[in-house]
Amino acid sequence: MAEDKNIMDKIAEANKSVVTGIDEKDIEYWINISIMGKKYRVPAGLTIMQAMEFAGYRFIRSCGCRAGFCGACTTVYRIEGDYRLKTALACQTRAEDGMYLVQIPFTPAQRANYDISQLRPGIEAFLKVYPEILKCLGCNSCTKACPQDIDVMEYIACGKRGDTEKMAEISFDCIQCGLCAIRCPAELAQYNYAQFARRLYGKYQLALPEHLTKRLDEIKQGKFENEIKKLKTMPLDELKKVYAARDIEKE
Amino acid sequence: MAELKFIGGYPEYMRKLIDVVNKTRQQRKDFTPKAMSMEERQELLKLCHPDYAPGGKRAISIGPNKGELAPNEVADLLEANPLIEEDEVNISNPDYKVDLLIIGGGLAGTSAALLANDSGVKTENILLVNKLRHGDSNSMMAEGGTQAADRENDSPAIHYLDTIGGGHFANKPEVVEALVNDAPFVMEWLCKLGAILDREKDGSFVEKAFGGGSRLRMHACRDYTGLEELRVLRDEFRCRNIPYLEFSPVIELLTDGNRVTGAILYNLETGEYKVVQAKATILATGGFGRLHIRGFPTTNHYGATADGVVLAYRAGAKLKDTDTVQYHPTGAAFPQQIVGLLLTEKLRGMGAQPVNIDGEAFVFPLEPRDVEASAFIKECYIKEKGIVTPTGMRGVWLDTPLIDVKNGQGAIEKAFPGMFRMYKRFDIDMRKDPVLVFPTLHYQNGGVETDPWGRTNIEGLWVAGEVSGGVHGKNRLMGNSTLDCLVFGRRAGIATAEYLKKNPTHGKLTLNHIKNYKKMLMEAGIKTTRKSPILFPDYRGKAVLARKIDIF
Repeated sequence: MAEDKNIMDKIAEANKSVVTGIDEKDIEYWINISIMGKKYRVPAGLTIMQAMEFAGYRFIRSCGCRAGFCGACTTVYRIEGDYRLKTALACQTRAEDGMYLVQIPFTPAQRANYDISQLRPGIEAFLKVYPEILKCLGCNSCTKACPQDIDVMEYIACGKRGDTEKMAEISFDCIQCGLCAIRCPAELAQYNYAQFARRLYGKYQLALPEHLTKRLDEIKQGKFENEIKKLKTMPLDELKKVYAARDIEKE
Repeated sequence: MAELKFIGGYPEYMRKLIDVVNKTRQQRKDFTPKAMSMEERQELLKLCHPDYAPGGKRAISIGPNKGELAPNEVADLLEANPLIEEDEVNISNPDYKVDLLIIGGGLAGTSAALLANDSGVKTENILLVNKLRHGDSNSMMAEGGTQAADRENDSPAIHYLDTIGGGHFANKPEVVEALVNDAPFVMEWLCKLGAILDREKDGSFVEKAFGGGSRLRMHACRDYTGLEELRVLRDEFRCRNIPYLEFSPVIELLTDGNRVTGAILYNLETGEYKVVQAKATILATGGFGRLHIRGFPTTNHYGATADGVVLAYRAGAKLKDTDTVQYHPTGAAFPQQIVGLLLTEKLRGMGAQPVNIDGEAFVFPLEPRDVEASAFIKECYIKEKGIVTPTGMRGVWLDTPLIDVKNGQGAIEKAFPGMFRMYKRFDIDMRKDPVLVFPTLHYQNGGVETDPWGRTNIEGLWVAGEVSGGVHGKNRLMGNSTLDCLVFGRRAGIATAEYLKKNPTHGKLTLNHIKNYKKMLMEAGIKTTRKSPILFPDYRGKAVLARKIDIF
């Protein structure tokens, strides 16, 4: 048993750097970054988010899932010696020496309220809900800003044609961080249009599968009630046997 | 680290170890290690699962679950002082007076709001409060999918059996029954709201295998399942103009002594408190991954700090199955920047194989999560066949290139765009190279005890999602968490609407339960400066904290 305890201690020790704050004495290599214009020396090999935390920031805004799904940690940065502004997710990007960083805590982009049941896929829906989509200048700033590498300009072009299917397909991986809208000179809110398009596509262009509607009817008719009741009231030993004897479907 | 030489995202020494994996891939292609018997599973769990290894847990010393085991990190929060003193706040004039207060805006809370509204609660009588933004939650991060038994050879009864066996038969049967029966209806609901679920060419759902499942039942939206489900529900929520607050966590519930009657909110940015009076309250605050139980990294959201369990327990709610924690077998173990992040079980569902340092497949890839995780720990720390990273972590390979070998080229990019993108950001091509994995803290199996309608033992308080306890027993299956949120979020929405139809009055707002709780702490001899809920973990550098002074 002492051996087991040892294992858990070893695991905790190995994970220390991501679980508790980082201890300077464990660090071999360092980089210099600038957070909103102020210089900090931080360990090499951290994400931008971890580097800012090491520097002493405790996040309220600009930090969410910490795994690239939520779009809270949008970051604009520049590398020393380069004039270009770049964009990234702080939780998914390694901090590099010479980064000048700032985070965008909120995107005040407009989103429309609509009743999806009153609309249908096609250009009319866009003209009614988001007519400004036609103002796209085709400059590609949105695509360049997208941390998910989505071809934003292309899906806006699809929207202008009312092609919700293609717009849904291209925009699917959007995490709604808002960087496209922030960079757009035509003041569009691309990610909101994409959400609108995906819902139209999902609701009207994908039919409910037959196997699903059939199952709904079966449940409504109580087809499985007895079987479940039997399992619910079965003595534990017997239930365990039934469980162990399940046949496993292979793909 | 900066001076280590990297080739395709991996340091040279790991690159050599990858060659070993590449060599054995062809012979492993058609070989799968045998699944374990129930006895073998038990033996392995006892040997090295973090829940079974000694230490790490203690008996809760006060309250309704006194004497029951919980992880030390959870017991610490239960045995802690409230953030506020009773006389510090004026609760006599509520800032918000609503019928329904929903705490937490992930899949569960958002579903609850929509169904309460559908069931007759007017939008203006609902208030959804969020600790961070509406949608910031573990739901958003769910990659793999949602279960629903809707195929011909499947049935809710088989789903029931898989779920209750996976939960080590500790699940509440009537709650599981609700879960499996509602599942296909949830799928219909999502589709009708416009969610895009993966489809086969003939329009049927793509459904895949998963650990502990006996049928292909895993519905997905690429590997952004939770994101797609949540952003659709959130969009519908916004379209209906349901009131919500962000960056306003609840720091204490209010009661009239018995019934939950409201809550105190804290504006994270201004430091101001606000008082909500509500006739019904739904707690949907999620789980506890950011407590880093036993020092494990986690897949969880920044805000997953067990707030709901702490608040409900102080108000007198009973907990269930607090003794088990789910460790997901495949957390990223390399590179350092993404340690702990989730690599969905669907990778194994589609053929990726766990492989040790010698290039051997050492375990059936789709054991239940606790068993699979234990097998990885055993391989790394008992058999010493793990791979050590530059920062000293150990892990085993997950041979992802097998996915393309088995499903055809392009399968990875199509099914796992999020994962592929994440590794690409760190120069690793998971189509060509395996990725390194180690168990990561994933899920709070237990929580506030629920019934099939989300009711707790406290009047006026409902729960839904990860904060609840009962549906998953001692171990949750993949695809049952998003389902839990959707099913019981909806049910709590319906149940509270029914409750409100009986025209209950607003109850008195008091913090008497806090007074009592503090008395219990004192009587149990617990003297501590700990305060809870903690709201967020603290990852600030130690050197900064050592010099921090509070003058502003």
